[in-house]
Amino acid sequence: MTIGIGHYLTVAACLFTLGMLGIFLNRKNVIIILMSIELMLLAVNINLVAFSYYLGDLVGQVFALFNLTVAAAEAAIGLAIVVVYYRNRGSIAVEDINMMKG
Amino acid sequence: MDQLKSYAPILPEIVLALGAMGVLMAGVFRKQVEPGADYVSGWLAIALLAIVGVLIAMGGPGREVLFEGSFINDAFSRFTKVLMLGAAALVLVMSMDALARARILSTEICALILLAVVGMMLMVSAGNMIALFLGLELQSLALYVIAAIDRRNVRSSEAGLKYFVLGSLSSGMLLYGASLIYGFTGSVDFSVIATVAQGRPAAENVGLIVGLVFVLVGLAFKIGAVPFHMWTPDVYEGAPTPVTAFFAAAPKLAAMALLVRMLLQAFPGIASQWQQIIVFISIASMVLGAFAAIGQTNIKRLMAYSSIGHVGYALIGLAAFTEVGTQSLLIYLAIYIAMTLGTFACILSMRTADGPVEDVQSLAGLASTNLGMAFALAMLLFSMAGIPTLAGFFAKLYVFGAAIEAKLYMLAIIGVLSSVVGAYYYLRVVKVMFFDPATTEYMPVERGAGIVMAAATAFVLLFIILPAPLADAALNAARALHGGTTAAVAEPAPAAAAARAGAGTVPGTP
Repeated sequence: MTIGIGHYLTVAACLFTLGMLGIFLNRKNVIIILMSIELMLLAVNINLVAFSYYLGDLVGQVFALFNLTVAAAEAAIGLAIVVVYYRNRGSIAVEDINMMKG
Repeated sequence: MDQLKSYAPILPEIVLALGAMGVLMAGVFRKQVEPGADYVSGWLAIALLAIVGVLIAMGGPGREVLFEGSFINDAFSRFTKVLMLGAAALVLVMSMDALARARILSTEICALILLAVVGMMLMVSAGNMIALFLGLELQSLALYVIAAIDRRNVRSSEAGLKYFVLGSLSSGMLLYGASLIYGFTGSVDFSVIATVAQGRPAAENVGLIVGLVFVLVGLAFKIGAVPFHMWTPDVYEGAPTPVTAFFAAAPKLAAMALLVRMLLQAFPGIASQWQQIIVFISIASMVLGAFAAIGQTNIKRLMAYSSIGHVGYALIGLAAFTEVGTQSLLIYLAIYIAMTLGTFACILSMRTADGPVEDVQSLAGLASTNLGMAFALAMLLFSMAGIPTLAGFFAKLYVFGAAIEAKLYMLAIIGVLSSVVGAYYYLRVVKVMFFDPATTEYMPVERGAGIVMAAATAFVLLFIILPAPLADAALNAARALHGGTTAAVAEPAPAAAAARAGAGTVPGTP
């Protein structure tokens, strides 16, 4: 069996779905949400690199590199906000994020 | 030297980005008199925004393309950029006192607002998916921090956390969609995507359409349209009021303009596909905005639902997919921004000796204690409700007219009906101000907020006398999008062409 573009796309789609489910189903900890977000962004990278190789076009890999840097910046800002939140609330459990209804 | 000259179209962004660094540096090396009341940075930021606005307004007409088509400077981007810069500057003017009172008027918030505006400017000028994503992220990352800027306040940090989680989720969706679009068309360039999608039968575009749906979901999050609006009320309520005012004005416009440019330039060939989605989002936003606002008692939450409704009305112009439709969308957004800024100037003035209040009931009897503010807020709310002869009426007239011209009768009818429902909650606030006995004594209105309040009220009252300049500018901007999709783009930078030739020869075929 040869590994083709379809396999890569399937893996990426699975990872992306896992990431999204992690955000919606997780009832415990905000850190897990941050990990899920990271998982989604990295699934996109698999997609981009697979397409880039398949199409013989470098733009996809350039996109993936930009994506990586942005994901790093996003993780940094996310953690900073979580720290600020913890200082005020004393907890980062998902069910405690309920000061405002909605 | 020629190389440098060819970068002239992106000069406003460069000036603003370097200026933001400058503001930050100046703040670091200056001894502050009182922490949290950094008026110097505030005025520096306003001056920078004004300078960049003048730079853009002075730039010549026409369409210029830079960096292999990833940066487009045309009438559309200039129109939206001037609006965004104006909105950001006015937010700073009206809220510096409020920020200083909350002890958060720091160098950081000024620099972050400037960087967010740079991101928005890059968004509306984006010509390919990479530029779109980078602009959007530059804006979003700055906005996450701005939402949580009042770091001693648990509500502000909760707003920041919620905005961050849902914003990152939407970025992830958008990115996944962008990767699919790239894979199924072989390019990230809007013009190439348009050509590829147009040149083949609809059955082969399925992958592309799936990608487009993901991107639309991501952008619907950013503009706060139903069914991806759930973050809006919480973030609007939790963030400090000046920040809410900024969120309601500039980023909405930027994300909306980005959506319009992407749909009109990259996907005109599959318009019948995305039009259905936009029609659905538009109807859902209008209806939810009208009904969910009825029970709100917090004025910032009320404004959040009001903004969801307004996004729905503005999207009617996009659903029409005509030049007049795009023009009506731009007019709607311009008038919406004026109304929103004026209303938030009033909300900022809702404060007692103990601090700001956000309860609608606290407005009771405002007409007897401060008639000027009551009149201004009443006019702005009437305008939002769409009462004739005020600016908001014409905004709705333009979009409904465009919908009828495009034979979207259903959309126009639902729009009119939901604006009738929406009028109820705007009028309720007016009733509370004019007919209920006074309970709360507000502090006098501050100068900055007063100026913006008066200017916005004058705008909504006097728009009927001179609507032509705005309408003409919006039409000019809309033409740039509808006319310029197929025209060959000039590449001013010779290096860019060489780089592309080089990229084409890179091996990598599987």
